[in-house]
Amino acid sequence: MSADFLLELRCEEIPARMQAKASDDLARLFTEQLAQAGLKAERITSYVTPRRLALIAHGLPLQTQAVSEEFKGPRTSAPEQALEGFLRKTGLTKDQLEDRDGVWFAVVEKPGRATTDVLAQAIPAIIRAFPWPKSMRWGAASETTESLRWVRPLQGIVALLGEELVGIEVEGVTSGYATVGHRFHHPGIITIGSAADYVEKLRAAHVIVDQEERKAIIESRAKALAADAGYELIEDAGLVAENAGLTEWPVPLLGHFDPAFLEVPPEVIQLTLRINQKYFVLRSTDGKLAPAFICTANIEAKDGGAAIVAGNGKVLAARLSDARFFWEQDKKTKLADHAKKLSRITFHEKLGTVADKVERVAKLARWLVEGGVIEWQNITEAEKAGRLVKADLVTEMVGEFPELQGLMGGYYARAEGLPDAVADAIRDHYKPVGQGDDVPTAPVTVAVSLADKLDTLLEFFSIDEIPTGSKDPFALRRAAIGVLSLLIKNNIRLPLLKIFDPAYVIRVSAQSKNFSNDDFKPLEIYDGDEVVFDDDASHYNVYKNGKLIARLAVEKTNAVRRAEEILRGRNHKPYKLLDFFADRLKVQQKEAGVRHDLIDAVFALGGEDDLVRLLARVRALQAFVETPDGANLLAGYKRAANILKKEGYDAPTSRHPGLEPGSRSFTDEGSGMPDQVRHDGAEAAYLSEPAESTLSVALDAAEPRAAAAIEAEDFEGAMSALATLRVPIDSFFESVIVNDPDPAKRAARLALLQRVRVAVHKVADFSRIGG
Amino acid sequence: MAEQAAEPLSFQGLILTLHDYWSRQGCVILQPYDMRVGAGTFHPATTLRSLGPDPWNCAYVQPSRRPTDGRYGENPNRLQHYYQYQVIMKPSPPDLQALYLGSLAAIGIDPLLHDIRFVEDDWESPTLGAWGLGWEVWCDGMEVTQFTYFQQMGGFDCKPVAGELTYGLERLAMYIQGVDSVYDLRFNNAVGDRPAVSYGDVFLANEQQMSKWNFEVADTDSLLRGFEAAEAECQRSIAAGVPLAAYDQAIEASHLFNLLQARGVISVQERANYIGRVRDLAKGSCAAWMQVNGWAE
Repeated sequence: MSADFLLELRCEEIPARMQAKASDDLARLFTEQLAQAGLKAERITSYVTPRRLALIAHGLPLQTQAVSEEFKGPRTSAPEQALEGFLRKTGLTKDQLEDRDGVWFAVVEKPGRATTDVLAQAIPAIIRAFPWPKSMRWGAASETTESLRWVRPLQGIVALLGEELVGIEVEGVTSGYATVGHRFHHPGIITIGSAADYVEKLRAAHVIVDQEERKAIIESRAKALAADAGYELIEDAGLVAENAGLTEWPVPLLGHFDPAFLEVPPEVIQLTLRINQKYFVLRSTDGKLAPAFICTANIEAKDGGAAIVAGNGKVLAARLSDARFFWEQDKKTKLADHAKKLSRITFHEKLGTVADKVERVAKLARWLVEGGVIEWQNITEAEKAGRLVKADLVTEMVGEFPELQGLMGGYYARAEGLPDAVADAIRDHYKPVGQGDDVPTAPVTVAVSLADKLDTLLEFFSIDEIPTGSKDPFALRRAAIGVLSLLIKNNIRLPLLKIFDPAYVIRVSAQSKNFSNDDFKPLEIYDGDEVVFDDDASHYNVYKNGKLIARLAVEKTNAVRRAEEILRGRNHKPYKLLDFFADRLKVQQKEAGVRHDLIDAVFALGGEDDLVRLLARVRALQAFVETPDGANLLAGYKRAANILKKEGYDAPTSRHPGLEPGSRSFTDEGSGMPDQVRHDGAEAAYLSEPAESTLSVALDAAEPRAAAAIEAEDFEGAMSALATLRVPIDSFFESVIVNDPDPAKRAARLALLQRVRVAVHKVADFSRIGG
Repeated sequence: MAEQAAEPLSFQGLILTLHDYWSRQGCVILQPYDMRVGAGTFHPATTLRSLGPDPWNCAYVQPSRRPTDGRYGENPNRLQHYYQYQVIMKPSPPDLQALYLGSLAAIGIDPLLHDIRFVEDDWESPTLGAWGLGWEVWCDGMEVTQFTYFQQMGGFDCKPVAGELTYGLERLAMYIQGVDSVYDLRFNNAVGDRPAVSYGDVFLANEQQMSKWNFEVADTDSLLRGFEAAEAECQRSIAAGVPLAAYDQAIEASHLFNLLQARGVISVQERANYIGRVRDLAKGSCAAWMQVNGWAE
């Protein structure tokens, strides 16, 4: 026996944005609660309108299954206390137990429960635990804070299993057959007989309970209205859903606005219509915005909607004239003058004003072009754009529509006759916003966008505002991904550590008017260096380990003091930031199918802060390890590494050895090996076996070849150099026993393996490679 | 009823109708509070009376001042001085939405001709340490009322919750009368040879002069001194166990802060600091009010 169950939870208007999730949550919680009692519906349909959450569970059994549970008790010979305990536990008497081969057994019959009882318990539990994003108390019951919370006041419950009422009471709201129809078209009570007539009874009372049906009505009606007026609807699924969440009986209506407003940028008009008024936007046949809108009313108006269209048109006209006022007002002031007001806006409590940031961004953008990192013939354009990128933040329009930042700056820049490259850079410098967004390629835009993001990262890392877990309040992960995308897409060779060098922070922070490319030369200060600063009347001096390494004509501003702190800090932050980039790179490249262990393997070498080069190396590595040569070499490497580890040979240490990749990376490695067994000295002590000699010769040939190839950034070449080691390594392991009783032989063979490991590490840290 | 509903209500007719309507719902009809405030919520009949367990139902008009909204009488929709109609019902009655819709019907808005909607809009007042959930009520796409269930006031949970309705009277009247400029509103109706007066007749000069004073003339030093004085007096009054008097000084400090902002002498950084100071005064007054009434926990 089964029946359909109807549940309707009626309340005051549920925010549109919460409805879809609430509907899913109700179905999920209901299914979970029933599953606990061993009940399952054939299928569940859920509905949501602004005033009700509803659910129909089709084919719900009327009873839960009867179950017979068997419990094993003590032996019949056990002391009396043990038996008493068992009887207490099972709630039976001794004569109800069964003696099976000297052991007491209890069989407890649990009869099936009526589903109505299960529901009467489950529904209040669901209501009390409902996960609304924001909930409230109300009415007389709210004299205690323990009272029921709901998204808005809960007003009624309909709960019918078949035609039978499921009795539910939650904080004074009791279940019944009655609900209400449309707020205005059908103000009275309507009575529901069962799940079967719910949808149609409500439809007769001007309520379309199915959100998908309301969406379909809005979409098709809006399209038809647009077509009738000779326009095309600009589709917007989010807006369709929002309007479906604001209406129980949606009636789209078309109105017009004064075409004179179309002189305002189209994005502004679209936002005004969409965000402020929740209207659909239309396109004319020429592809431009049409001077018309579609609003979605919640009634079938007596006059066919004329008053509603007139009223909405009036509200819209007032809003558009505000927007036009802002547009005209903002254009009266040049962006450079707007930018002056940025000194009044705090960028971050500890990081000064937006004007300070803009100054740094401008200088860094200029340097990116001047230093040849980004190729562009006009050096000053990037700096100029950099100084103006944030100017629109103080315009009236962006004050009204923050989401238009950047875009408005671009419009205003063009309106005052600035070069297109500058206007485009201002418009697009926030891009890319997250993965999947367009990545700018115009050089000035790239310079400014990179400078803005790098500056943000450097600044927040300098005050230890580093994202942790799910906390990333300043969207630094997004900024880092943006930097990576810009570098990779545009193939930009930018040694990041150079930018991250604290000296850069000092020099840029110093706000000196005349700066040159030299200002960006790194000071090369690293962990363990002793750094001293002093400033005389005209200069700012930096000493490293007692030696004057920089004499800068800058004032000791607060920003410079902060940069000092960075240099003095125990943790060398540029490396933290580089690691942060490494993590972002792994996430970003995952989608492109690049293995994160291979990125680790290359990053672990240290010294690599040019991400384009790093990726080229990772790609070559990935191609290599997927060949039989690569896979076998990896196996040989691991075998060698294991033996070395057992013998107490440390792995090569490679931790950010310096700024110049390749220069220091390999020469000192293998320092864990005692000097006297280095390969040159040890070989003469005994007659080596052929496989040893072959490997040694192969190494002699492969090492310089790999090094040269890496120097030339020919990573495939480096991989093929490594590939030549595969056969010699395999045959070494086949014919040579490393652990020879003769200490000299053993030492020489270990030294040879160490050479293999060092050679391989010139290309990548194979110990990081999985599989 | 003061006027026939057949022709659109005058501005004062709107107020009289709402008074009459809410009076019939059992509300105490209060007169405006005699201090400069930014919104009807600041009236102690809302702020302080929304605290504690006692039932409280009232309605009043509150002249509200927002110095930064001044436009020298040149913008048809923006005023530095305007009227709010405020209803507060504690505990919130179960049919508050229906009561509200009844008031719209009373002022002549037909819900089968005009599109009335409850659109999510949660309310928060940093200076009062207060928040609530509710809606802005739309009539044909225009926000005509703020509808809020107070959850906290002065940092205290509302036990029980009060329902608050705030009607923007000028906006509503413009809608009902079908005029595009607030200054064209009919304030009253002509009677015999005594002519009708427009909103502009009553308030245009006030907007022009007060905008100028707010933005250009007001002496910032004395405003700053006034702020400090109100702050000190508020704290003294809290200590002396007279929270109603303390709250007056909190309102005063809040308004002086608004004026200082209009004069453009408060930087972005200082702004948060001032808001924090005003909030401390408001919260302190509320705490003292809870204390003297024996509601503090």
